[in-house]
Amino acid sequence: MNFLNAAIKRELLLALRNRSEIINPLAFFLLVITLFPLAVSPEAKVLANIAPGIIWVAALLATLLSMDSLFKNDYDDGSLEQIVVSPQSLALLALGKVISHWLSTGFLLALLSPVLAVMLFLPSEAMPALVGSLLIGTPTLSLIGAIGAALTVGLRKGGVLISLLVLPLYIPVLIFGAATVQAGALNLPISGHLALLGAMMVFTLLLAPFAIAAALKLSIRN
Amino acid sequence: MLTVTNLTSERDDRILFANLNFSLHAGDLLQIEGQNGSGKTTLLRILCGLSSHFSGKIYWQNQDVSQQLPNFLQALLYVGHHAGIKAALTAEENLRWMQRLHPLLNRCTITEALNQVGLYGYEDVPCYALSAGQQRRVSLARLYLSSHPLWILDEPFTAIDKKGVLEKEALIVKHVQQGGMCILTTHHDFDLPKQTIRRINLDQLAHTITSVDTTPSYLVSV
Repeated sequence: MNFLNAAIKRELLLALRNRSEIINPLAFFLLVITLFPLAVSPEAKVLANIAPGIIWVAALLATLLSMDSLFKNDYDDGSLEQIVVSPQSLALLALGKVISHWLSTGFLLALLSPVLAVMLFLPSEAMPALVGSLLIGTPTLSLIGAIGAALTVGLRKGGVLISLLVLPLYIPVLIFGAATVQAGALNLPISGHLALLGAMMVFTLLLAPFAIAAALKLSIRN
Repeated sequence: MLTVTNLTSERDDRILFANLNFSLHAGDLLQIEGQNGSGKTTLLRILCGLSSHFSGKIYWQNQDVSQQLPNFLQALLYVGHHAGIKAALTAEENLRWMQRLHPLLNRCTITEALNQVGLYGYEDVPCYALSAGQQRRVSLARLYLSSHPLWILDEPFTAIDKKGVLEKEALIVKHVQQGGMCILTTHHDFDLPKQTIRRINLDQLAHTITSVDTTPSYLVSV
């Protein structure tokens, strides 16, 4: 637990020192969503209809884009090697990295989303569903994405490969995430959707760290 | 203590070394020699568990390393080609993280270690502002901190000035005289009596592979 804490603190410190890693996904999220009213239609009715889908797709792509660099720097400068030759658990470290990655992407995307939702005329009843689904759904995206990032870290150009590996696994989260917001907008109960998103998060939270650790070892030893 | 039997490594259809046998006891210093590309780094990475391109067995304290990896990693300090230093962090933050990873980096305080490597006054400077040699010194400060019994050092003197090399050399000799073990690759000649240093030359080894099949006794020249 102590080690997990230390790992999260170190990653957050690194993210703060290198702010572009935090700003890039947020800027991408913001840009995509501001472009939609310009390209599709500024009409409130149309935008409100497609808002849940747009916001969720933008959040998903923003997370995916930031995945590439998750282990790359550590791999290049030898920090990853040092972790593998240390007696500490690689799975715990991977978990720490994913948690801090989520704090600096998914968490901030969820906080920013209501502002953008207003821009897309999403009804205010849907706001809790939006923020809730992003808060519960994006950790799953970070965890699954990290497996892809760990598998491709040794390759020179892994960026596209990550998308191919990871996108199919992102689809269920996207479907239930967007559905939660749509249900919220129609004033339907959302607890069922959120429970499903929660179940996916718990499942990946339990298993992904081991998969990430195994993938990292594979990438390094090759 | 560290015993290697029948170690064979092949990369890209080229045998780097075959049937390598040696054992390392407390107080032994082993220098791996060979020209560029002869497999020195590969050998060290195999010993550290960072490469799986080998056949043969490695034993630490008479236990197979592949079965008892945590025990082995506990005792091991590895300084690789890459310094393992985060450019965005200061020297002190980097070393503090190393201490988290390796509990045995406890011989002295971080400040003392940084003084020893001549980085007094640079504790709070981010490593990207340091020169290549200074960054290497941050990485080598671990040698002063270390109470690991086994050191594996890959070209530790790269980018270090003459005075620094002499100091590190003295430190390695002291470590060995106090009952430690050290395996290193360097093109630098140690100014030591013949009995204290053993050498394995991977070039000569490559020649013997082509002519004779097994020559283990020749490999370990004491």
